[in-house]
Amino acid sequence: MKTEQEKEQTIIMSGNYAAAWGAKCSKVKVVSAYPITPQTTVVEKLSEFVDNKELDANYIRVESEHSVMAALVGSSMTGARSFSATSGQGLLYMTEMLHWVSSSRLPIVTTIASRGIAPPWNIWADYTDILSIRDCGWIIQFASTHQEIFDSILMAYKIAENSEINLPYFIVYGGFIQSHTSKPVRIPPQKLIDDFLPQPPKDGWGHINLDPDKPITHGNLVMPEQEYLDFRFLMQDAMIKSKETIKKTINGFNTKFGRNYNGLVEEYCCEDADVVVIAYGALAEQNKIAVDQMRAKGCKAGSLKLRYIRPFPTEELLELFNGKVEVIGVVDRGTAFGNPTGGPISTEVMSLLFRAKRKVKALPCIWGIGGRNVTVDDQVGLYEKLLRIKNKNEYPTDETCQHGTVWMGLKIGV
Amino acid sequence: MEKSNNQPAISTGYSSWRELPHIPVSIPCKGSIGETGKWRTFRPVLDAEACIKCGICYLYCPDGVILYQDDAVPEIDYTYCKGCGICVTVCPKKALEMVQEQQ
Ligand code: SF4
Ligand code: SF4
Repeated sequence: MKTEQEKEQTIIMSGNYAAAWGAKCSKVKVVSAYPITPQTTVVEKLSEFVDNKELDANYIRVESEHSVMAALVGSSMTGARSFSATSGQGLLYMTEMLHWVSSSRLPIVTTIASRGIAPPWNIWADYTDILSIRDCGWIIQFASTHQEIFDSILMAYKIAENSEINLPYFIVYGGFIQSHTSKPVRIPPQKLIDDFLPQPPKDGWGHINLDPDKPITHGNLVMPEQEYLDFRFLMQDAMIKSKETIKKTINGFNTKFGRNYNGLVEEYCCEDADVVVIAYGALAEQNKIAVDQMRAKGCKAGSLKLRYIRPFPTEELLELFNGKVEVIGVVDRGTAFGNPTGGPISTEVMSLLFRAKRKVKALPCIWGIGGRNVTVDDQVGLYEKLLRIKNKNEYPTDETCQHGTVWMGLKIGV
Repeated sequence: MEKSNNQPAISTGYSSWRELPHIPVSIPCKGSIGETGKWRTFRPVLDAEACIKCGICYLYCPDGVILYQDDAVPEIDYTYCKGCGICVTVCPKKALEMVQEQQ
């Protein structure tokens, strides 16, 4: 008979529990987190694991998210695998320490159950929280299924702890629908996981190790003529290099655990597509159904899901633009007020059109803000808009299209 | 400012970003940021008569520049004392006083 350690189990669990299970199976040594809706059940489950001795970790309770990350800076500097989870306002409150983590090159993994930013209060899926801190030096990956949340945590530690990379890592999923609904999640045998993700070296990360017997000072003042600029360049260099590490790690994971994850993007029917919608998160997953419906009507539609936005999948997008696509729809579930498109990622994606070898038309769009429902019909509607641009060069003129961007679902009266 | 001999490890020996470690880390050493005594406009002056050798000033000095051993009047290392005046504030016997540098 197989022992507990050798068995694969399938458990029906919420997206949040999948995150807690991911941390447990990664054998994290330190957890610090402050409860915030809709992340709360992640940390409740983790404290339960620690309390039941199913997880041999220190759970550090603190008074705020800022202190959460400060606590993990300390724990990670000793070489302890460290985990947190947060959402919305909590993530924003953490912001200063996020820079401390990335600039100290600490491989901390944190999951985000994204929610709308207050005021007015909103606790439903909206990625404005993570998007507004997208430039703080963390790797940012979206997980659009429960299984992907769990699996991604195992891969995240492997990528972040790679001594060439040493960057912290966010795994992001939508608040409420994804965090609170339940689905089956396959938990591989712990032995197999330990084999894929061994414990970090006892003497800490190569670049820093807090040890009272060998005192060091870190975070000292660095003068303008010294290497501050060069250390900042090293972070960009690590981000770019992480693309290869990410792809290798995903391939290794797929082979070992029988999964089928893509690299920085996931393409669906893009090879021969005339019109492609580029999006991220669970709505990008749902968008595949709209593609199927368009294909059934004989339209060459495709869907490209951004799995990562940091590092940015520049090469993958250029490959798409240099291929057959004629019109892209670029969708944000988040806002960046005053940006050329009103959404941060559509602006970034469209900036790459300039580097493409051929002309590709684009329509930026914003959907699902504050958890607003986006149906497959809505997504089919977006493809129809793209087809009008392709066939007649007709850009939308209705009132949901403001300042050149489609605000899907904007209330405009009758 | 003149540079002290005790430079932090980071500022020596790197001519290219390729040689740099991930982050700057330095080994704690005396005066690693230079001779901070040159920052001073007021200096703490100790009245040995009034001092009861309690060591409170030594505990509070943020720069660790007060040398103190039990039963002896403390000594201040003026090469690195930056003149913040905290020792003067915490002394229970008012045995310390801030005096303007020129005087
Ligand atoms: S003035 Fe400040 S730095 Fe100087 S000895 Fe007193 S406490 Fe220390
Ligand atoms: S605090 Fe005042 S009394 Fe106490 S040792 Fe320092 S100078 Fe002397």
